[in-house]
Amino acid sequence: MNCHKCDAKAVISLQHGSLCKSHFLSYFEEKVFRTINKFQLIERKDKLCIATSGGKDSLTVLYLTKKYLEKYNCNNELFALAVDEGIAKYREKTLRDLHHFCREQNIRLETVSFNEELGKNLDVAYPFINKGTKKKPCHICGVWRRYLLNKQARDLGATKVVTGHNLDDEAQAIVMNLFKANTKIAGRLGPISGIEEQELFVQRVKPLYFCLEKEVRLYTILKGWQVQFAECPYSHTGYRHDIQEMLNEFEQKYKGTKQGIINSFLAMLPLLREEERKQPEEIKPCQECGEAANQEVCNACKMKAIIQSC
Amino acid sequence: MKISVHIERTNTTQKIDFSGITVRQLLCQLDLNLETVLVARNNEVLTEEETLQENDLLEILSVISGG
Ligand code: SF4
Ligand SMILES: [Zn+2]
Ligand SMILES: [Zn+2]
Repeated sequence: MNCHKCDAKAVISLQHGSLCKSHFLSYFEEKVFRTINKFQLIERKDKLCIATSGGKDSLTVLYLTKKYLEKYNCNNELFALAVDEGIAKYREKTLRDLHHFCREQNIRLETVSFNEELGKNLDVAYPFINKGTKKKPCHICGVWRRYLLNKQARDLGATKVVTGHNLDDEAQAIVMNLFKANTKIAGRLGPISGIEEQELFVQRVKPLYFCLEKEVRLYTILKGWQVQFAECPYSHTGYRHDIQEMLNEFEQKYKGTKQGIINSFLAMLPLLREEERKQPEEIKPCQECGEAANQEVCNACKMKAIIQSC
Repeated sequence: MKISVHIERTNTTQKIDFSGITVRQLLCQLDLNLETVLVARNNEVLTEEETLQENDLLEILSVISGG
C-alpha cells in the first residue's frame, strides 16, 4: 500500500488515508502544534514543567514541546520532572531511558520520589493502604503522582504542567467517568485541565490530545528512539485496563470510535464547565500539608496517615 | 507458509504456520488486536494490508505501555 500524498511505501493507514514515513512524521508533528495553538496550551509568559516518566508518550511530548518553542521562536523556560513511584523492575528502566534522552536533548531533569516525599515506595505502601481501603494500586499511584507533580511544579516556579496524555488515555478517562457518573471530574478533563483561578493548582495541558496511542508509538519508532518495552506490573489491575480493552475491541471493529468519544466530549465540555462554575467545589489548603484539598485533609495525606499508623 | 514472529511484549520468538496473506490476517491468527501492536519487517513498519512472504522474520511491537 502506498502513501496517499506521494508514491512511497505507507507505514500506517489512517481513517483519511495511508501515509509514508516522512508524511506521517509531518502529519503527526503538525497535529501536535495545531493542538497547542488552537487551545492556547502554551503562552509566552509560561514556565513549563514537562511531566515525564520515560515512556513513549512523555519522550514524545518532551521532544515536541521543545521543538514547538524553537519553531515559534518562544523563549519559555522548560524543564522535565519525573516522579519515581518506586515500582520494582519497571520504573528504573524507563527512568534510565529518560536520563539518557534528557542528556541528549539538553533538557534539565528534576526527579521526585514517593519514598522521599511520602515515606514509602508504591510497592511497599500499596498492601497497607489496600488492606484498609480496598484501593487499587493505580488509584493510590494516581493520587500521589498528581499531588507531587503539582506541588513540585509549583515550588519550582512552573505555570503549566505539560503531560503526555494521548487520545486513548483521554477517551478511557471520559468513558470511566461516564460509567461512574463522575460528571464533576469529567469537567476537569480536556486539552487544558485543572482549575483556572486556583493559585494552589498548576494548570495541566495535553499537546498529544488528538494523537492515538498507536500513532505515538509509531512516531517514536520512526524517530529511532531506543525505548525499551516496559510494562508496569500493576497495569492490569485497574478499571482503566478493562475500559482500554473494550475501546480497542470497538476501535478494531468500528474505526474512529475513540475519536468519536473525544469529539462528543469536547462538544459537551462547555456545559460541564458551566455547571462547575455555578456550583464550584470549595478548595482550601489541606490542614496537614497545605496543598489544595476539597476536604479538611487531602487524599494524599490520608493515605500517608494509613501507612504511618501501621 | 512458515514465518518467524518475535513478540516484544513477551520477548519470545515463535515459528508459525501462517495460512493467510496479509498482516491483518496474521494478527487475527495470533489473536492480537490491530490497535495494540505495530508490525515491522527488516526495521520497516508495515501497514495492515501488507502482504507477507515465506520465511519472513517479523517483529511485533507493543503500542500499549502500561503505566
Ligand atoms: S499502571 Fe497504575 S500503578 Fe503502574 S504506573 Fe500506571 S497508574 Fe501507577
Ligand atoms: Zn508520502
Ligand atoms: Zn495534605
